[in-house]
Amino acid sequence: MTLSSSRLTPGPRRPLSWVERTTGLVAFHRVLLRRTWRGEAVSRFLTPVLFLAAMGVGVGGLVDRASGGVGGVPYLRFVVPGIVLASAMQWAVNESMWPVLTLIKWNQMYAAMLAAPTKVADVLRAHWLMICVNIAWSAAVFIAVATAFGAVHSWWALLGIPIAVLTAMAFVTPLFWFAAARQDEEGFTTVFRLVVTPLMLFSGTFFPISQLPAWLQVLPWVTPLWHGTELARSAFLGDPVADRWWLHLAIIAAWIVVGAWGARRAFQRRLVA
Amino acid sequence: MSPDVLLSARGLTKTFGNFTAVDGVDFEVRPGEAFGFLGPNGAGKSSTMRMVAAVSPVTSGELRIFGLDPAVDGPAIRARLGNCPQQDRLDEELSVEENLWVYGRFFGLSKAEVRARADELLDFAQLTERRHDKVEPLSGGMKRRLVIARSLINNPELLLLDEPTTGLDPQARHVLWDRLFRLKRQGVTLILTTHYMDEAEQLCDRLVVMDKGRIVAEGSPRQLIAEHSTREVVEVRFDADDHGEHRDVLDGLGERLEVLPDRILLYAHDGDAVATAVTHRTRGGSEPLSTLVRRSTLEDVFLHLTGRTLVD
Repeated sequence: MTLSSSRLTPGPRRPLSWVERTTGLVAFHRVLLRRTWRGEAVSRFLTPVLFLAAMGVGVGGLVDRASGGVGGVPYLRFVVPGIVLASAMQWAVNESMWPVLTLIKWNQMYAAMLAAPTKVADVLRAHWLMICVNIAWSAAVFIAVATAFGAVHSWWALLGIPIAVLTAMAFVTPLFWFAAARQDEEGFTTVFRLVVTPLMLFSGTFFPISQLPAWLQVLPWVTPLWHGTELARSAFLGDPVADRWWLHLAIIAAWIVVGAWGARRAFQRRLVA
Repeated sequence: MSPDVLLSARGLTKTFGNFTAVDGVDFEVRPGEAFGFLGPNGAGKSSTMRMVAAVSPVTSGELRIFGLDPAVDGPAIRARLGNCPQQDRLDEELSVEENLWVYGRFFGLSKAEVRARADELLDFAQLTERRHDKVEPLSGGMKRRLVIARSLINNPELLLLDEPTTGLDPQARHVLWDRLFRLKRQGVTLILTTHYMDEAEQLCDRLVVMDKGRIVAEGSPRQLIAEHSTREVVEVRFDADDHGEHRDVLDGLGERLEVLPDRILLYAHDGDAVATAVTHRTRGGSEPLSTLVRRSTLEDVFLHLTGRTLVD
């Protein structure tokens, strides 16, 4: 059996490598992004400006006058890595629920992808890759704006980009699993109410979790956001190696891996029946 | 498998939980032919098509497409197939040509290949003028043509069409049929499902009639009519809620009689003779509103085989 080099000639065709399959699927997400990036870029630039103004000038001024910052660090410098990570979580949640159900159910583009020589794992890999890229440039914009505000003093802050991507993925993979098991968007707003808001408030974004009662500290410990915030805060303040960094990373990785396992199963069940 | 068989199914079965959608069907498709599945909604046509498209796993039985087993070589099969599912699956936010480009990229075609193919296919689908428009405002017929154009992006040897003209107006259907004829002349093998008997008669060289997950008959449209129906049919309508009341008056006319809710069908080799006999028998009694002689169609074949009409 001879395989034709072109994929347009009749007869057996040369199989695609996983890199080729992923590239082909990423092309779709890139075309979509070309339609939306302007609006996204504006909102991802404006959000940090608003936050920095409110936190730096408003809350920061109060905190620094009253107690000399947090553990000797001016409040603005303390809070910026927290907000970068909390924003990464929000971006992750936004990109993992409605878009997933759209591609599964409303325009069925995932099914269109699977009618081509691709597999469920390729479909997930391509979409996740695109989300990672989106989180990375959004985090980079945020850090650049914060630097312009004088809230960043160390080059190690650039480590915040991969940390934000990893932490975001710890939300993305489980939420793909969740979304692929839904029939409609009911339940998505609940995720914001029960996951996003509490985690933003109690994961060390605005104050150290040591301020929380012991029973409430369990929440940041078992969820990804606080671990990412700890890693990022240490890097932003000039120390790339956070205390117990391996533990933080392990918990984030566990969320990613378990989520990816479930998402793949849920996608297989939903799309290959 | 012999080389003149493109696709073969033996005891092909698909179950969803306790429900058996496809119940042990056998069929073969040869290169270059147009092969049809005719049957009402729920007959198992779409489930069969999804297995043939290598997107839905076979529950049991044997299926070979290009001599390959979809459970093992799904991607290799899909690389050579064109798949037109019932739902359009277009991204309505994207333009007509963007929908073609992104789909071609799923098949690993280069940017240049995709653009060249898209130009040809837009022309084929008569959508060149609409190439920059978004998909959302297009008519149903245009969207269908775009889906067919898209399914041809990888230059498939076998094109699967699930209910290609359902929901389209007569003119849009004829445009689409014309495009499918052209493909067939170019040597593309077509497999289609339909619940329209005129579509099956127009497009299919050979077809199987499906009902409740099983194949109840197989042959060319002409063979099926010859085997399972008479040459002509006389349709008699009365002013009645229940046409069963008029069965006795017409009994014995023609070869066979079928009572439908709104008419009685008399199967006959000579329709005009039977129509005249109907007039004689009913004279002075309850005369029919109309008596119409027509040729037998696949609809009659289906009615005879299953006791039901195709479109309820």
